[in-house]
Amino acid sequence: MTSFTKSEIAAIESVGTPKGLKASRRSFLKTSAIGGGGLLMSFALPFKSAQAAGTVHTPNAWVHISDTNVITLISARSEMGQGVYTALPMLIAEELNVDFRKMKVAIAPPDAKVYGNPLVGGPQLTGGSTSVRDAWEKLRVGGAQVREMLISAAADKWKVDRSELKAVDGSVIGPNGRKATYGQLAAAASKLPVPEKPPIKDPSQFTIVGKATRRLDTPAKVNGTAEFGIDVKLPGMVYAALEQCPVIGGTVKSVDSSKAKSMPGVIDVVQIPDGVAVVANTWWRANQARKALAIVWDEGAGANVNTAAMYEGTRAAAKSGTALPLKAVGDADAVIGASQNVVRAEYVSQNVSHSPLEPMNFTAWYKDGKMALIGPTQWQDAAQSAIAKEVGLKPEDVSVKTTFLGGGFGRRIDIDFIVQAAQIAKAMGGKPVKLVWSREDDLTHDFYRPLAIHTMAASLGADGKPTAMTWRHTGQSITGRVFGLPAAVQDPLMTEAAIAGYDIPATKHDVVKHDAGLRVGYLRSVSHAVNVWANEGFVDELAVKAGKDPLEYRMSMLGKGPRYTNVLKLAADKAGWATPPAAGRARGIAVMEGYESYLALVAEVSLDSGGAVKVHKYTVAADVGYMVNPDTVEAQIQSSLNFGQGMALMQNITVDKGRVQQTNFHQFLLPRMSDSPPIDVILVKSTEKPGGIGEPAVALVAPAIANAIAKLNGKRVRTMPMTADAIKSA
Amino acid sequence: MSVKFQINGKAVAAKSEPDTPMLWVIRDELGLTGTKFGCGMALCGACTIHVNGQAVRSCQTPVSSVSGKRVSTIESLSKNNSHPLQQAWIKHDVPQCGYCQSGQLMSAAALLSTNKNPSDADIDAAMSGNICRCGTYPRIRAAIKDAASSMRKA
Repeated sequence: MTSFTKSEIAAIESVGTPKGLKASRRSFLKTSAIGGGGLLMSFALPFKSAQAAGTVHTPNAWVHISDTNVITLISARSEMGQGVYTALPMLIAEELNVDFRKMKVAIAPPDAKVYGNPLVGGPQLTGGSTSVRDAWEKLRVGGAQVREMLISAAADKWKVDRSELKAVDGSVIGPNGRKATYGQLAAAASKLPVPEKPPIKDPSQFTIVGKATRRLDTPAKVNGTAEFGIDVKLPGMVYAALEQCPVIGGTVKSVDSSKAKSMPGVIDVVQIPDGVAVVANTWWRANQARKALAIVWDEGAGANVNTAAMYEGTRAAAKSGTALPLKAVGDADAVIGASQNVVRAEYVSQNVSHSPLEPMNFTAWYKDGKMALIGPTQWQDAAQSAIAKEVGLKPEDVSVKTTFLGGGFGRRIDIDFIVQAAQIAKAMGGKPVKLVWSREDDLTHDFYRPLAIHTMAASLGADGKPTAMTWRHTGQSITGRVFGLPAAVQDPLMTEAAIAGYDIPATKHDVVKHDAGLRVGYLRSVSHAVNVWANEGFVDELAVKAGKDPLEYRMSMLGKGPRYTNVLKLAADKAGWATPPAAGRARGIAVMEGYESYLALVAEVSLDSGGAVKVHKYTVAADVGYMVNPDTVEAQIQSSLNFGQGMALMQNITVDKGRVQQTNFHQFLLPRMSDSPPIDVILVKSTEKPGGIGEPAVALVAPAIANAIAKLNGKRVRTMPMTADAIKSA
Repeated sequence: MSVKFQINGKAVAAKSEPDTPMLWVIRDELGLTGTKFGCGMALCGACTIHVNGQAVRSCQTPVSSVSGKRVSTIESLSKNNSHPLQQAWIKHDVPQCGYCQSGQLMSAAALLSTNKNPSDADIDAAMSGNICRCGTYPRIRAAIKDAASSMRKA
């Protein structure tokens, strides 16, 4: 088989470079920089094309500068809506002294040594609301390094002292009107040692960071030019549709593909471990022919899974499973055992799906022992190493290029669909293959948010405050599946926001891991959503039992948490907590810390004639520490509330005979315009280091709504989703 | 055996099977990828286009049904983002992941072509067929009102 040609490489390189975000040619595929400008080959395609005018220099891993003064930030994180292609350039530009609106952004190739994310343990993974937190110092130092190198290069060139030079707006300026653009200095600068500790600004000196700033990727997203994975076009590309076993994990026993092969446009039928793919000259034809496949499945052990049994097993584990201690203060069991005033409750969280609007897809091209992968992923180095292993290649022979993601929410941390695309492409050797899942594939073959049962108990003292509380989360460990965390080790992604900020003299928190039988994955806000649901619903119950106002009750127990009380008060005041809402409405409140951010939410709701919840307004106060782009912070809060509302009120993934029952958006409901209430967002100005904001507010919605319902009609809903039926039977 | 129609003002003859949904004719045969695939059942609105000025879901519109008609996609709104809706989308920084926004904009454009001053209820009615998984609804609502206002002044 012949190697990739020059024009084929150019085609791969040109993907995903919309107007306004055009990447420099060499920044994709070919190189990433390490240390003092040394080039680390991270892609093994035979790169023969001559560099056009504008040779790109790489003073460090984060900044590429062409001779023509095009400055490109290399983003180590995927843009999936959370705004990193704007926030990260802002951080670099602040120290590099360039107009960040003129910078280009390119996505980093897989190279965890350079682009890994220490906040998630090292992999090159976009998730955990970490992108800005990870970049906060790293990119400012990265920008300052390059600035200092450019100044040194100018000092050498002009034979003047560095102290006489300034870096301003993309140029170094010296005495007697001397001036050189960064591009003119980049070649020399890239040969200099990288200063380890260049001076960086105190936040009080920022001119770019901290200002509400329009996103750099918006123009491409309003005229159809933004390129998502599903939009990839390559010369000679063919399209694949994959039939997978309706029971996740099932395998092909036998297949008769003769009818499918005779259908219009069909090029081939390929069997891979996950199923049978039809490859055709359009996706529609591939998917039509897929329906003509006659497959006999071995459904495997998954065929016995059903939702009722999943809850039954989890509930049994909550009683008798091995508990992994999280935290214990005093003897909470003894205090509760001796109390005459005990509140007990069980909170239930359901399985839900990520359902990003862009269905899973990836494009793979296999030629001459090399694999080029292009598409939407949250985890570049896992894609590279896993695909190398699956198709028998060395990692350096597998390239990964990331497009815009049409939503991620954690689904694109998993790489199942990339493996599938690579396997099909290998079988179709030489032809680029774009695998696209249908919505039905996406909903029925997700890695779902695990269901959870929280077992809560508290004793109340004479003043109505808790004297002791016990808390148990029983659910499935995602980290066990994704990272191989041993069963006997506490999973930190099951215990987020588990310990609320309340002063309670005796507490016991523990976790029981139980595999309910359905495959699970990290979903936006992960365990915050289930733990805050239980914590903030339960504390509201305690307030009611104590006969106290839910806001005052919380405030009285948060003496050691000024950031909690501040956001509670701000949200309550703005929402008019002290004044009654319109007739037929009630307000509920909830507060949390998550991803080092503090948030409080007031939800104002009513029940319609059918008993379903109508949300009239959200008021949220957020202290997320220093805000790099406050407008993105606001947008992520709006987004999270909408996401949380779907989980709270509408969504439920159920399984029967191993088959997920919800196949499209008529059964797995997403909030729509008519469900979307006005949202007041109060942002606390802070000089604390940045917290994450892509996810936490998701977790506040369900408890705030449940607490409002309790106020409205006295019914305490402890099961999600809070449908009209669930509220009636509460 | 081709179907002739206009797309964004240009005459084309599509060779796909007559029952092929316009979504796939537009994306895979005509190569215009601004129109997105979300659900394939007219439930999400990501594939919204205009046929003779009416907003339709292209995933449920067979190519045979547009014979002789005028079809418009997101690419027709303007390439340089000069359309008042695109301007308003930029001003309010509406998109997050951006995947649904072609469909949102096409539904909004159809709304404003018949209603110069939409109320909240009008916006709910016209836009509730378009899902945004990122929850940009408050900004879409504000941007539509803004665009309507600037179109009234124009």
